[in-house]
Amino acid sequence: MTGDLLTVSGLTKAYPGVVANDAVSFAIREGEVHALLGENGAGKSTLVKMIYGLVKPDSGTMTLRGAPYAPHDPHAARLAGVAMVFQHFSLFDAMSVAENVALGMEKPPALRDLAARIRDVSETYGLPLDPDRTVGDLSAGERQRVEIIRCLLQEPRLLIMDEPTSVLTPQEVEILFQTLRKLTGEGVAILYISHKLEEIRALCDHATILRQGRNVGTCTPRETSARAMAELMVGSSFAAPERARGGKGEVLLEVSGLSVAAQGQFGTALHAISFAVQAGEVLGIGGVAGNGQDELLAVLSGEMPVAAETLRLKGATIGQHGPSQRRAMGLLTAPEERLGHAAAPDMSLTENAILTGAARENLVNRGFLKWDAAEAFARRIITGFDVRTPGPGTAARALSGGNLQKFVIGREVLQRPEVLVVNQPTWGVDAAAAAAIRQALLDLAAGGAAVICISQDLDELIEISDRFGALSEGRLSEIRPTQGLSVEEIGLMMGGAHGMEVAHV
Amino acid sequence: MLKLEKRPQPSQLWTWATPVLAVLITMVAGGALFAALGQDPVAAISTIFWQPLFGEFAFYYRPQLLIKGAPLVLIAIGLSLGFRAGIWNIGAEGQYIVGALAGAGVALAFYPAESALIFPLMVLAGAVGGWAWGMIPAVLKLRFGTNEILVSLMLVYVAEQLLAAMALGLMKNPEGRGFPGSRNLRQYDSAHNAELITGTGMHWGVVAALIAVIFAYVLLSRHLLGYHIRLAGQAPRAARFAGVRPARLVLFCLGTSGALAGLAGLFEVAGPAGQVSIDFNVGYGFTAIIVAFLGRLHPFGILLAGLLMALTYIGGELAQSNMGLPAAAIQLFQGMLLFFLLAVDLLTNYRIRLATKEVA
Repeated sequence: MTGDLLTVSGLTKAYPGVVANDAVSFAIREGEVHALLGENGAGKSTLVKMIYGLVKPDSGTMTLRGAPYAPHDPHAARLAGVAMVFQHFSLFDAMSVAENVALGMEKPPALRDLAARIRDVSETYGLPLDPDRTVGDLSAGERQRVEIIRCLLQEPRLLIMDEPTSVLTPQEVEILFQTLRKLTGEGVAILYISHKLEEIRALCDHATILRQGRNVGTCTPRETSARAMAELMVGSSFAAPERARGGKGEVLLEVSGLSVAAQGQFGTALHAISFAVQAGEVLGIGGVAGNGQDELLAVLSGEMPVAAETLRLKGATIGQHGPSQRRAMGLLTAPEERLGHAAAPDMSLTENAILTGAARENLVNRGFLKWDAAEAFARRIITGFDVRTPGPGTAARALSGGNLQKFVIGREVLQRPEVLVVNQPTWGVDAAAAAAIRQALLDLAAGGAAVICISQDLDELIEISDRFGALSEGRLSEIRPTQGLSVEEIGLMMGGAHGMEVAHV
Repeated sequence: MLKLEKRPQPSQLWTWATPVLAVLITMVAGGALFAALGQDPVAAISTIFWQPLFGEFAFYYRPQLLIKGAPLVLIAIGLSLGFRAGIWNIGAEGQYIVGALAGAGVALAFYPAESALIFPLMVLAGAVGGWAWGMIPAVLKLRFGTNEILVSLMLVYVAEQLLAAMALGLMKNPEGRGFPGSRNLRQYDSAHNAELITGTGMHWGVVAALIAVIFAYVLLSRHLLGYHIRLAGQAPRAARFAGVRPARLVLFCLGTSGALAGLAGLFEVAGPAGQVSIDFNVGYGFTAIIVAFLGRLHPFGILLAGLLMALTYIGGELAQSNMGLPAAAIQLFQGMLLFFLLAVDLLTNYRIRLATKEVA
C-alpha cells in the first residue's frame, strides 16, 4: 500500500475577485490519513468540492488510481469511489436511521436487508448504531455515524471528512479515530480537514497546508509541533497566549438556582444552575453544542428574563434587568451567532459599534447619537483587534466570519467590562486571531475582570480557563480547577460518550 | 442564462436609481397599455405627467399637487417608521377617518363660537383620535399577540361604518335639509384650515407634512430611538441583544403613524373636503403605503414619492376627462408603479450577470 490513490496537479479555481485555489498539487496515498490544513478562506472547501465533483476546476488535472479523474457531479465521484462526510448533516429527523440511509442510495435494497447491512458495517467498524432508531433522538455523534455508515456502504477508496470532531465529546472522538484507523488498515485513504492541530498530530500521516489558495508545504504531523504547523498556516509566527495574573478577588457574578423552561421546539431547558465567578479568573464552560449554551448566554445577557435574585452582580440582584441596564452595571456579553445576533448584517461597523457600546462608550447625548464618537470607537476596535476591513463604513455582512468575530469580541473587551461572558469566542477564527482573542480575554481577567468563556473547543478552555465546568442537557457539572484535569475527566463531565450506552432516555 | 449574484453590500447607487428606473419602465409599459386601448401613448403619458405641471391649466393643478400630496406624505412618513421596524400598520385609512371625526367633532361642538384656540384644539383632537385608533392594534398585539396587519386593516372597515353613522347621525348638519354630511367647516372661520398663501394650495397640512419629513429624518439618522427602529427591522435578535424593548417600539410606531394619519384626516376635513360625509375618505391611507415604499422608506424619498403619486392622481383624472381613458386603466397604471418598483428593487442587493455554464 504505497501507491498514490489520488494525485492532484495544478488545480486552479477562481471566483470573482478571489483565486480560491491557485495551482494546488498534492497526492494522497492508499491507506493513509491525509490532513488538509489551513485558515478559514485558505481554499480547503473549494479543493475538496472539486475532488467531490461539486465544483469544476478552471484548470489542472486529477488522477485516481492511475486513471484520469474529472467528476462532473458527486454521483460520478461516488461511482469512482470517493465519498464525503460533510460538516453539516443532511438527515431527516422524523425518519429512522435505515430510512435515511436508503434515501441517499441509487437503488436501495429492502429496508430489512439494509438494516442488516447497517448492523454489519457498524459492528465491523466499531460504530454502535441501531438502524431502527429515529434520527431525531440521536446525539450529534450518532448522527455523524449515520453519515459515515452511509458513506461506508458505498465501499469508498477515499473518504473525505470535513471537520468531523467539532460536534463530538473526547470519548466520541476516540471512537471515531479507531474507526478511521481500521479503515486505513484496509487501504482506504482519508482526507481529513480540521482546525484542531493536536488531533491531526494524533491521527494523520501526512498533512498538506494551504494558505491563500496555495499549497505552502507538506509535513509529517507526528514530527511537527502544533505550533510549527500553525505558523505554516498563518505564514508568520505569533505569540501564544500568556497567563500573567495576580490572585483572585471578590465574587463578581453569582448565579444561584437558575432554571429556565425550554423556549420553542429546539430550545434546551436549564436546570438548577449555580456558580460564581471571581474577579481575575476565567471560568470555562464546555459541552457539546445544543446543551444549553445559547440559553445560558441569553439569561446572562438579559435577553431571557429570570427572577431577580437568581443573578447577582457584585451583590446586587440583576435578574430583572434588561441588557442595557446590565451593560451599564458592567456585565457584558458576546453571543455565538455573529450575524443577526451580535451584529446587524446590513448595518455598518460604526452602527454596530453603537449596538452595545451606546451607554458605556458615551456614544449618545440626550438620545442623540454622536456619530463621530461612534466612528472613533469603531476605528479603535478595528485597529485594536486587527479587523481586516476597508473601514468603519463597511456593512457587517461584508466581513469574513473571523474578522467579524474579532470585531464583536473587541467591541465588548474595549468597553472594560467587569464581567464578560463570551460564547464560542474563536469559532471560525484563524489561529493567529484566535490567539489574539484568547490573549485579550486573559488580559481582561488579569486586569481584575471576571470572564466566563462558553466554548466547544476544549483546547481553548484548557488553555485559558482557571476553572472548568460542562453543560450537559441543560445541567452544569461540578466546577473544578482546570489544572490537573485530564481529557477523560472532562469528557465524563460533558456527559460521556453519547450513545455508548444502549438505553437513551 | 441570467444569474443573480448577491452584492457584498447594498448598492448606494441603485438605492436611489431604482425608483427613477421604475418610473421610466412604468411610463413605457403604461404607454403600451394606453396604446392597446387605442390612445396615443405619448399624449396619454404627457397628459398625466406634463399637463398638470406645465400645461395650459397648470395654475389650477399645481396647488392640487400640494393638497393631494400633503396627506399622502404625512401618512406615509408615519407608516415608514413602523415599516422600518417591521411593524406593519395597514390601517392608516381608518386612523385617518377617526382623526378627521375627532377633529371635526371638536369644531362642531364649539360651533358657532369663534376663537383662535379652536383650530389648535382640533389639531390636537385629530392627532389623539388617530393615535387612539392606532393603539388598538398595538395593545391587542402586545396583550394577546394578535397580528397588527389584520387588526389594523379590519379597523378600517369599522372606521368607515363609524364615519357613515356620524355623517348620517350625530354630526349631521341640522340645517342641511336632511342631506347626509356635517356642517361645512370651510364656512366656519375658527375651524377652517384655509390656504395660507392664496393660490398655492399651501395649508397647515402641507406645513405639518414638511415638519414630519424633517422630524422623521432627524429621528432616523440622529436619534437612538430611530437607530433602534432600524435595528429592530433589520435584525430583531440583535435588537433584543442591544436592549431594545419590542413592546415600546410597537407602541411608538403604531401610535405615531396613527397620530400622523389622524392629523392628515383632520387637515383634510377642515380644509379641502370641508365636511364629514359618507364618502369623505378617498383611499389616501392605502395609497400612502405605496408612497412609503416608493420613497424607499426614506423621509426625503417619501416627500418626492408623495408628490409623484399626487401627480399621477391629478394627471390620471385629467386623462380620464380629456381623453376618455377608463378609471381602471389609471389605477392599473398606478399599480404598475409599485409593481415595477418592487421588481427593480432586486438590483439594490443583487447584480445580474450572464452566467457561464458551471456545475455548482
